[in-house]
Amino acid sequence: MTRADTLRAFKRDGRIVIVGASLAGLRAAEALRAEGFTGSLTMIGDELGEPYDRPPLSKQVLTGWVPADGTALPRRRDINAEWLLGVPASGLDMAGNVVRLADGREVPFDRVLIATGVRARPWFVESEAALDGVFVVRTREHAEGLQRALAAGPSRVLVIGAGFTGSEIASICRERDIPVTVAELAPAPLVGALGAMIGEVAADMQRAHGVDLRCGVKVTRLEGDAQGHLRRAHFDDGSTIDADVAVVALGGIRNTDWLRDSGLAAGVWGIACDTGCRALDINGLITDDVFVAGDVARCPNPIYEYRLISLEHWANAVEQAEVAAHNMVSAQADRWPHLSIPLFWSIQFGANIKSVGVPTFADEVVVTQGSVSDRRFVAAYGYQGRVTAAVSFNNAKWLDHYRQLIETAAPFPPLCPTPDQPVDSKPVPVDFPGPALIAQGATVVVTGNAPSERRVTSLQQHHR
Amino acid sequence: MTTTQMPDTLRRILDYSSRADPYPLYAELRRTPVARQEDGSYVVSTYRELAELLHDPHLSSDVRNLAHPMRSHEGETTPPFINLDPPEHDRLRRMAMRHFGPPHTPGLVAGMDGDLTAVVSGLIDGFAGKEQIDIVDDFAYPFPVTVICHLLGVPREDEPKFHVWVDGIVNSIDYNPKIDPKEKLEKGLQARKDLRQYLGGLLEQRHGRAGDDLLSRLANDDGPDGRMTDEEIVATANLLLIAGHETTVNLITNGMLTLLRHPEVLQRLRDDPDLVVPLVEELLRYEPPVHIIPWRAAYSDITVADTVIPRGSQIMLMLASGSRDPDRFHDPDRFDPDRRDNQHLGFGSGIHLCFGGPLARRETQIALTELVRRLDRPRLVADPPPYRRSPVLRGPIHLQVEQGTG
Amino acid sequence: MRIVVDLSRCEGYAQCAFLAPDAFRMHGEEALMYDPSPDDAQRERVLRAAAACPVQAILVDQLEGLEAPVEASPS
Repeated sequence: MTRADTLRAFKRDGRIVIVGASLAGLRAAEALRAEGFTGSLTMIGDELGEPYDRPPLSKQVLTGWVPADGTALPRRRDINAEWLLGVPASGLDMAGNVVRLADGREVPFDRVLIATGVRARPWFVESEAALDGVFVVRTREHAEGLQRALAAGPSRVLVIGAGFTGSEIASICRERDIPVTVAELAPAPLVGALGAMIGEVAADMQRAHGVDLRCGVKVTRLEGDAQGHLRRAHFDDGSTIDADVAVVALGGIRNTDWLRDSGLAAGVWGIACDTGCRALDINGLITDDVFVAGDVARCPNPIYEYRLISLEHWANAVEQAEVAAHNMVSAQADRWPHLSIPLFWSIQFGANIKSVGVPTFADEVVVTQGSVSDRRFVAAYGYQGRVTAAVSFNNAKWLDHYRQLIETAAPFPPLCPTPDQPVDSKPVPVDFPGPALIAQGATVVVTGNAPSERRVTSLQQHHR
Repeated sequence: MTTTQMPDTLRRILDYSSRADPYPLYAELRRTPVARQEDGSYVVSTYRELAELLHDPHLSSDVRNLAHPMRSHEGETTPPFINLDPPEHDRLRRMAMRHFGPPHTPGLVAGMDGDLTAVVSGLIDGFAGKEQIDIVDDFAYPFPVTVICHLLGVPREDEPKFHVWVDGIVNSIDYNPKIDPKEKLEKGLQARKDLRQYLGGLLEQRHGRAGDDLLSRLANDDGPDGRMTDEEIVATANLLLIAGHETTVNLITNGMLTLLRHPEVLQRLRDDPDLVVPLVEELLRYEPPVHIIPWRAAYSDITVADTVIPRGSQIMLMLASGSRDPDRFHDPDRFDPDRRDNQHLGFGSGIHLCFGGPLARRETQIALTELVRRLDRPRLVADPPPYRRSPVLRGPIHLQVEQGTG
Repeated sequence: MRIVVDLSRCEGYAQCAFLAPDAFRMHGEEALMYDPSPDDAQRERVLRAAAACPVQAILVDQLEGLEAPVEASPS
């Protein structure tokens, strides 16, 4: 058989398994069928029920407008798949081409797509996390529980972590007229993603909406009463606050644990892959039959010096799913690279915050349009003299222009004035907090001397 | 990539003789996506470049940023928001939007269905017994005029008065000192003055008097941005009055013309009224009511399609050409209401996207559905029909249709 | 019915919020919040909203009327 024959046969009656039945998994399945794949398709997901959309969980669902079970994703086509739901995958055997499930079943494949996403980082003390009134928000069950707690009219909500999710939840609390305290270790909200200048804007915005914002503090203890209800939180500065609901919004943990012994380049930072979404093995060699998409994928981006970047962005999941699906059923010469510029949005305190590019890949930031005090503006991020990202507050209609600046490596700061350029705008250092996020310690060691012997071995590690 | 080329093409497009079918000339124009004209202005005609420019913050809508200001805007001290840049544009548009759409008045347009249907039904009732109807005079003009008058709070019976002014203004939008008689400009300038004076008179009566119409609301509203000055209200009302009917008349008429040219689609619409929704979107792509944004100004040097447009240059945006660009749309010259990929430029894009788009859509959807439902075997009397002068707001001046046994 | 809006494409034109105000709401000037499972009574309006989106960011379920495509099958 020629290679083309093999591919045709695979497209006709091959076996594809998709691990992860959320946005990326579903979109990949739809794309596979759209590409003409008629073989068997198996969807493996640890949650019961149909694939659903997560962004509304920290917004419309928490306001009480949309029920938590009302975010099932619309379908673009019938995917005619076998669904194995409610059981997580527990291992991947690359030699045997088999996915193992936690209940012991084995699912064989010719090609597999890994789209297992992230889960919420739990509160670090298990007994405190178990208190009534302590929540994380990732699944619809989480959102439903928190919505009910908010509807009950808590005396105060404590949000731990002022990233996007934490800030959105604080915004909903204020919308529902619930007193809310936000505790953030960094000097300002959103600072880890968008830097100090935008962080300051976000801090002002929160305070203007009545949030009790406490930055540079760490929550050390959650205290419950005899009935196991949350009552109080303790901070590292010795202060305390009474609250009956706490939302732990400390980001996510990538679901790669199940791949620990698989031989893939998988770890806390995700699963490394090429721009075609093919996974790398632990030695950095490309695999042929294992693909990755969505929040777990860690993909090189040529615009950003080919650095491996993993993104928890909705559009990224959709685009990678489509690229991965295409490449799974295409000949080498027809493969697509995933090269799009990251896009992100957050809705909070009446503001539409959008970003394009990778704001953390920057050394300076400058407000290019609009007014920061009105919270209607665009800021451009630059790295060594070129534009690498932009953020807009209620000014999204201009953002596509900045995408082009990024794609064309336009000079930073942008040279040409616009009619709404602020008079006093000057680039300032972008100022991200410490290297903690970047340096997570060693994850592998290299052994062997001769080129044929050199191999990488994974270090057993714990999540931060 | 781009040099002065075929200055003739634009001239031929603007010439009245090509009004019935400018599309082959647009195709000719698209061979040079960004074409510098002899007078130093630029014409942009391809989808990608148009979309890029409509989102480019260096493109100004303020006539004061043109190196050679437009004669047709002389004496305009308070421009409407369509002719302003942020932040002024945003502020005025936001203040006007408070009384027309979301977030402050979200249900207004969706709540107008009953009124719109009533006006449409009344006009079609008037066709009874007539074998020949002028879709423009008997329907597509009076319908949106009635609606916008009601919304703004302009007496419907004043229409004959302001019609003359609006005509003068519309005819001078594309005034070109090289080819047009000076009279066209002067008429336009006088008409602008007259219409403003008229609207100013209406506004005076609204101060301190609550009312549901836009003039009353603008006159008495104190929103987060404060209150518009009287000059700003007049400029806004002026813009909405003109845009509120001069464009919709074309969309409805172009729609009926296109349906009569595609009888199989007309029949489908009769059988399945829901088809009107994608059909109107396709119409906005295929026969849009606004063909050209006659000018924008380069606020700084702008690079598009490898061409540097120097600061101060006048830029003409050929929206209708972009919506027929084969590099963007499959089989673009085919009218296909089933088209799925249809991100047309019919209402523009970016911050100046048509203010009244949702209303125009509903007006046209209801109008076409009802016309098709109630006209008895409609037939075109003349194809092509006679067109209005304007290459900018392009559409038939009359559309004679026969119905019934004939 | 089921819908999803690609909010990374959304530029806040609010056309959907005009045409189907019960399913699409502006949160402030530019941010869109929507009901991912609007009542079937909203259907006509939601389809109008989806068609009118200037950036074509609204996806409406294409499988409607077909049988529920998922069966949970934990063995």
